[in-house]
Amino acid sequence: MGAEILGGLALGVLLVAPPFLPSYFLEILISVMLFGYLGAAWNILGGYAGQFSFGHAAYFGIGAYTSTLLFLNLGVTPWLGMLAGGALAVVFGLFAGYLSFRYGLRGPYFSLVTLAFAEMLRVVAVNTKAVGSSLGLVIPNREPAPANFIFAGKLPYYYVILAMTLGAVWITRALSRSKLGYSLLAIRENEDAAEAAGVDALGMKLRAMAISSFLTALGGTFYAQYFAYIDPTITFGPSVSIQGLLQAIVGGAGTVLGPVIGAFVLTPVSELSRAAIRGRAGVDVMLYGVVLILVISFLPQGIMGWTRKRR
Amino acid sequence: MLRIINFAHGAVMMLGMYTTYWLFTLFKIDPYLSIVITGPVFFVLGMAIQRVVIEPNRFAAEHNQLLLTLGLALFLENLALVLWQGDFRTVRPAYAGVSFVVADALVEVPRLVACGGAVVMALALFAFLRLTDVGKAIRALAEEPEGAMLMGIDVGRIRAVAFGIGAGCVAVAGALVTPFFYVAPDVGESFNIMAFVVVVLGGMGNFVGALLGGVIVGLAESLGATMLPGSLKQLVVFGLFVLVLLFRPAGLFGGGRGR
Repeated sequence: MGAEILGGLALGVLLVAPPFLPSYFLEILISVMLFGYLGAAWNILGGYAGQFSFGHAAYFGIGAYTSTLLFLNLGVTPWLGMLAGGALAVVFGLFAGYLSFRYGLRGPYFSLVTLAFAEMLRVVAVNTKAVGSSLGLVIPNREPAPANFIFAGKLPYYYVILAMTLGAVWITRALSRSKLGYSLLAIRENEDAAEAAGVDALGMKLRAMAISSFLTALGGTFYAQYFAYIDPTITFGPSVSIQGLLQAIVGGAGTVLGPVIGAFVLTPVSELSRAAIRGRAGVDVMLYGVVLILVISFLPQGIMGWTRKRR
Repeated sequence: MLRIINFAHGAVMMLGMYTTYWLFTLFKIDPYLSIVITGPVFFVLGMAIQRVVIEPNRFAAEHNQLLLTLGLALFLENLALVLWQGDFRTVRPAYAGVSFVVADALVEVPRLVACGGAVVMALALFAFLRLTDVGKAIRALAEEPEGAMLMGIDVGRIRAVAFGIGAGCVAVAGALVTPFFYVAPDVGESFNIMAFVVVVLGGMGNFVGALLGGVIVGLAESLGATMLPGSLKQLVVFGLFVLVLLFRPAGLFGGGRGR
């Protein structure tokens, strides 16, 4: 009961407070939500199914590039481009997933193969003139046009990403109570035993992959629209993959709220450190490294696991 | 050998390269001479890292150990970025540009030295693993950890030593390439992925396989570079990597399927 009241309160604050926040805090809150969203998307495959992807940047990039290219070249509104990007990401995810799962790649081997797939896409994007090569793509014409996912000011973007994050959390919650969710947990704990008990491991993992890659691609489109600029390293680079995974691990992989809570802890830490030590790039990521080591050493279940143990 | 995929290897190599750079810039110590310093220093550093970060988590799940080394890599790389900024630095001793021509091929001396050094190092490592007690203990540990423990091997110490040797070798490799390569905080990443490809290709824990894997990757990359434009040659390496992981996860020379 107490948790529900707390959650309701938090949601109320997230809905009502932002218009009154100075733009710097609004920016941080948008980052928190975006990273929480990416973490939630990663969590479905990594947390629930236990398949640690190191290559979610692939889907993020596909989402960002698909919607942006459709918008720039054909004038298709990114709202539709978003769905196209999601669909493409699912196709790619199912392809990569089918290959790796079909050939029995597990644990670190799966991580490495996903990393390699994302890196391949990055190299292709760098070398393809039609997608802007290493210079990337700029979305010009910043006239506000809500129909084209271009807003005046940051506030509307905040509400978009808040809605997306709430949606991802809601999907995760529904998943965790569904047959698919239980099957994924069984696969995570012991894949052979799950299969022996009649769980279609391949099919279930592919379903998790599809949901996870679709959601991640939508995040890519949001990123492209919000920053109006994408390039191969920003979108397909390993740091995107690590960001999503980090939120989920720190918050608690395989929990509904873990990734979002992780984002609420990590993003302010990195922002503060960046503000505290100006002019020296890299401090924030350095801290991420420390946090990752500390969390795995002392809180292997993440923050959510820690609160659960204390209760 | 220890069944840990180490993301921090590239970062350690980068640190080795920086050490070489600073020894050269500040004290005018020749990159090749500096090996005498970098090797032992990084051996100790590697052991310390293993003791403090890896060893306490040796029972953690496999993917968590992977994340640990990832955290280490993030930390070390960005530490370098904070300390020395992102500029590309180079070490240019007098012999940096020296080269000669053999049958139409231009051979740069520093590259040749690096190649020779790598072969010597590999042979030394091979002999070490085969002939010395510590080397044998490392192999025993890789084969059968519990059995090794029952035979009275101090497994904790051996794990640390193995990690230290890995770090020392990587740092020496960094010193060897410094005369013809740039030094930057993220320089290790490209070597990192290359190393994974090589090791997986040759088979985890398979020493000769890793050497052959290195030759194959080198050839594949050079062939890719002549046939494909720009940096697309990396595509060949990644493609090779994916194919090997999918079809021969135990390596080209390993017996059948890894897991």
